[in-house]
Amino acid sequence: MPTDLASGAACPVPIGDHTHVLLAHGGGGRLTNRLIDSLFLPAFGDSAVHAHHDGAHLHIGGARLAFSTDSYVVRPMFFPGGDIGTLAINGTVNDLAMCGARPQFLSVGFVIEEGLPMESLQRIVASMRTTARAAGVAVVTGDTKVVDRGKGDGVYVNTAGVGLIEHDGLIAPASVRPGDAVLLSGDIGRHGMAVMAAREGLQFESAIESDCAPVAAPVLALLAAGIPVHCLRDLTRGGMASATVEIAETAGLHIRLDEAAIPIREDVRGACEILGFDPLYVANEGRFIAFVPADAADRALEVLRGFEVSRAAALVGMVSDTSRGLVTLKSRIGATRVVDMLSGEQLPRIC
Amino acid sequence: MRFIDEYRDPDAAAGYARALRRITTRPWTLMEVCGGQTHAIVKFGVDELLPPEVTLVHGPGCPVCVTPLGLIEKAIEIASLPGVIFCSFGDMLRVPGREHDLLTVKARGGDVRIVYSPLDAVALARVHPDREVVFFAVGFETTAPANAMAVYQAARAGLANFSMLVSHVLVPPAMEAILSSPKCRVQGFLAAGHVCTVMGYTEYEPLAARYIVPIVVTGFEPLDILQGVYMCVKQLEEGRAEVENQYARAVRRDGNQPAQQLVREVFRVVPRKWRGVGEIPQSGLALARPYQSFDAGLRFGIAGHTADEPTECCSGLIMQGLMKPRECSAFGTRCTPEHPLGATMVSSEGACAAYYHYRRLDIPRQEAEVATHAD
Repeated sequence: MPTDLASGAACPVPIGDHTHVLLAHGGGGRLTNRLIDSLFLPAFGDSAVHAHHDGAHLHIGGARLAFSTDSYVVRPMFFPGGDIGTLAINGTVNDLAMCGARPQFLSVGFVIEEGLPMESLQRIVASMRTTARAAGVAVVTGDTKVVDRGKGDGVYVNTAGVGLIEHDGLIAPASVRPGDAVLLSGDIGRHGMAVMAAREGLQFESAIESDCAPVAAPVLALLAAGIPVHCLRDLTRGGMASATVEIAETAGLHIRLDEAAIPIREDVRGACEILGFDPLYVANEGRFIAFVPADAADRALEVLRGFEVSRAAALVGMVSDTSRGLVTLKSRIGATRVVDMLSGEQLPRIC
Repeated sequence: MRFIDEYRDPDAAAGYARALRRITTRPWTLMEVCGGQTHAIVKFGVDELLPPEVTLVHGPGCPVCVTPLGLIEKAIEIASLPGVIFCSFGDMLRVPGREHDLLTVKARGGDVRIVYSPLDAVALARVHPDREVVFFAVGFETTAPANAMAVYQAARAGLANFSMLVSHVLVPPAMEAILSSPKCRVQGFLAAGHVCTVMGYTEYEPLAARYIVPIVVTGFEPLDILQGVYMCVKQLEEGRAEVENQYARAVRRDGNQPAQQLVREVFRVVPRKWRGVGEIPQSGLALARPYQSFDAGLRFGIAGHTADEPTECCSGLIMQGLMKPRECSAFGTRCTPEHPLGATMVSSEGACAAYYHYRRLDIPRQEAEVATHAD
């Protein structure tokens, strides 16, 4: 009996014509967005303004808080440059930082697969402790569940966090203006390629290390220096391309990127060339873009370069109103192309 | 990055563009054969640097795109069988069959895995003696040696649980099919460099002579393509029709002979149906008789599917250079990467996918005024 129809809570809109959830629904590209827009927002979305942002802005009493959550299902659990524990702390810390908030408290939920070596769990917890300390956050509550062997990839971790917003501006795509400069905090593509190489057993000449790191300190320094930050976005799933496309579409503006200005390390470029990946779409865990007025760009870059995590910050593009919801890239040979959001997982090519 | 950056140098590219303008006196239509070249052209905007007289049309060199629907259906059927580990290169997983693709089979519980080499599939067969491991062998001459090696090794090791679903295709017969069509508008070819690393280019010499068409073996970086176009246009302007080798840093006239020998040992040449194009005589590879026990189609008793293509898909016309993706009425509306009518919209080497990702939206003018600085 379709009782829910009778009660008025209609069946959600079909998600395209997919009868089953695909991996791409979690890939951070078009399908993820469609899932959010057609299923989650209609169900939960009174605060739709921030639906495609990294966290919610809340007013509680006199305080302004940012609240965010993320789940970590990375395989393998340990990879060059980090592990699922460092990811789980830094990921939520960075989501809060992207709201312009000072990260304060985290919760941690573990879903552990029966049979996980205790030593692995100890390593993960130890790196969470170190990472939380470095990021200046306290883990204040948590939960533990164990599932049958074969029902999980060793361990899944969820973290949620709250942070204090101490500035008056609205850091969101809606605040982006024509004439804004697009600043990138460092080289892109390392995390995705490090995990991919570790997962698939790909041997490169040198191990690519994840860029996993907290970015709250440089963000707070930008705000403390009085730089009018219009929008921030960390470049996780879907990478730089998906983040800029999403902001351009939400803001209804045109973002022009300059390929030659985007820093990418040699080893990452090499690995991407071999596999046929575009580094613009590869995930990062310690990189973000900041939109600031052009006349504040030099000062902002100076602030960012004062921190190890954003030492290689660069001006990579400009915002204009020459088109609505568009990202273009000036290629290395001087021609221009459109940058699109990923419509599924990036798949290695045949030849 | 060495061997990459040199071939993406903006000044050298501008230099080639100027040289090309100097020698071009009338309209020419060239076809780049390989989908990898198509993507480089559209992604880097190589065509924007060409004189207006030179038109590039996009060839059939996308292995994923030309794999017939019936074979995709066969793959989906085998991958759905219990006990099967179905291995494929990543590209094939999103190619639409009649109703769904291999990714959907995976979502429904099929054991579908991406591998990076057919030898990885052989290794899986070794560690899973209780499972049937099937490799989806798709590609041109470029991937044929590695696939041949996988079957050869499996045979040597007596791996009875390994098999291969073969849909190999060959470039020269496809070029001949395009040239012999009365509608052909291709006046010169950029041949696929990687195919020629294996096969060399002697087999193109009779084509160039018979159809009086210049063929330039060309690489994949922007400067390779610009130089290939330059060499091809120069031949046309001078009234020559020869095979030339732009990609000399990777291609020798005779190719890689041990690789060719292995391919001849394991495979035999057969007629093959090309998706969107139809059957082309002697244009494919199938397992040679001594290796037929590794034929997945035979092993699982799955007869040939004869699925019809969606009538709305124009990929066949596009891959023969008779149409450009944006001229298709379904492009970007009824046909998108999420809901493709044909494989050219999903493959990373498909022409429609290239136009969709890089050219779908009109780029406003005034791009020249963008001023950013790499610090």
